Amino acid sequence: MADRRKEKSPYTEDRNIPGAFEGETVTRRRLMVGSVHAFGAMATAAIGLPALGFALGPVFERQRARWEDVGTPEDFVDFTYRPKVITVESGAGEVGKTTVYVRKHNEEVDGPVKDSYDDFVAISTRCMHLGCPVRYIDASQRFVCPCHGGVYDFVGKVSGGPPVRPLDRFYTRVRRGRLEIGPRYSVNSELRRFSPRDAGQPLDGIGQYLYPRRFTTPELD
Amino acid sequence: MPKLKLPNPIPDQLRPRPQRPGEGNGRKSTKDVVIESGRDAGISVVDWVDERTSLSGAARWTMFRKVPKGTNWFYTLGSATMFAFLSQAVTGVFLAMYYDPSPTRAYESTRHITNEVFLGEFVRGMHKWGATVMMVLIFLHMGRTFFFGAYKYPRELNWVVGVVLLVLTMIMSLTGYLLPFDQRSFWATIVADNINGTGPFLGPYLADFLRAGPEFGATTLARFYSIHMLLVPGAIAALIGVHLYLVAKLGTTAPPWVKAEEPEQLRTEKV
Repeated sequence: MADRRKEKSPYTEDRNIPGAFEGETVTRRRLMVGSVHAFGAMATAAIGLPALGFALGPVFERQRARWEDVGTPEDFVDFTYRPKVITVESGAGEVGKTTVYVRKHNEEVDGPVKDSYDDFVAISTRCMHLGCPVRYIDASQRFVCPCHGGVYDFVGKVSGGPPVRPLDRFYTRVRRGRLEIGPRYSVNSELRRFSPRDAGQPLDGIGQYLYPRRFTTPELD
Repeated sequence: MPKLKLPNPIPDQLRPRPQRPGEGNGRKSTKDVVIESGRDAGISVVDWVDERTSLSGAARWTMFRKVPKGTNWFYTLGSATMFAFLSQAVTGVFLAMYYDPSPTRAYESTRHITNEVFLGEFVRGMHKWGATVMMVLIFLHMGRTFFFGAYKYPRELNWVVGVVLLVLTMIMSLTGYLLPFDQRSFWATIVADNINGTGPFLGPYLADFLRAGPEFGATTLARFYSIHMLLVPGAIAALIGVHLYLVAKLGTTAPPWVKAEEPEQLRTEKV
């Protein structure tokens, strides 16, 4: 439908507006209304954006790598795991602690040592289905999850149930004669290292692109 | 004259006998004046407020609506849901007086509420089971709306608002589940958080947002608590207002088995 209204001139002078002057197109009223809206938007943004940033901040905050002493290297063997409790999050009491299964690197099952972080294997107890705590059963040499029946073999690879990738691991190092457990990392089914991903996120094939690295990943020092 | 017709607060039997002609000297006694003004006081107060707010009009518009023939008990499920929400709000406020949302104290304070606070177990039980009741009522209400065809024109927007309310209530269930902070709450929240993390591309960041970091930490519980008791209840209350406004504005539907009455004219023509 065509606009049936009379074509209006853009100039205020032609529209008989009092006080109009030549070349003026924006009336004073429109200018005032526009600036009041703009100031309102600025005031809202001045409160809203910091509040939003406050809530979203932790997503973009890089964590610091923490290394926790778990004993001397001689405490560990290469044919079975020793459970150790480490703190992964300070200030949260018991909730910030987690169990880690630690053993010496075993060339028969793990292949050659990759780098200085690979002399010990520290397996996370976080099930890679949805994050429940797995337990190592020595008799069957399996990690078993109580929630939905995930089963992992001796090196943490999935041998049954719903988990989407092998159990996470922690970097390990020996400093001043003590074994230290560092930040978490994730592995795909070939045990290639990735930055830590949450449970339930596959890392084989397209998975590594669907679930990108997070901003909170600590830098290894 | 008062605009509102309120029931007389004094029953007929107790009312003073009207004066017979010739009785007294034609002037009211002090006692009568006091009784009379006492009787009018309530009406005057209501009138004073009404004159300044026109609330009676709004109240009449909301409450005294035309209701279709065949309206039955199924139509009360929405109000029942709302009262479940109000009950959750009230018991929640009282629970918040004793609850401590810190990861080291939360379980202890929940235990304290359940075992030591006077009627604490009752109030906590109301809140806990009330949550389930609310969920059940919402789905019954939704089923009523669906099977009675009450989502059709012009009530589509109210259906949409209702679905948003359903999702918000589910967020309440999820965030509230963590608060007792026992083993079940904790691991259920880990699982829920990891399910959120499995969304492609944004999932990992969403999981970090919910946890306030890469690991379940000191602020995760506080974050859930704040969402549970401030953010979502406010949104639910506001949307219930919108939902009710639309109900009052559009009216309710007749049940599908009630046939519309034909106009007189058409009926005679058919015969």
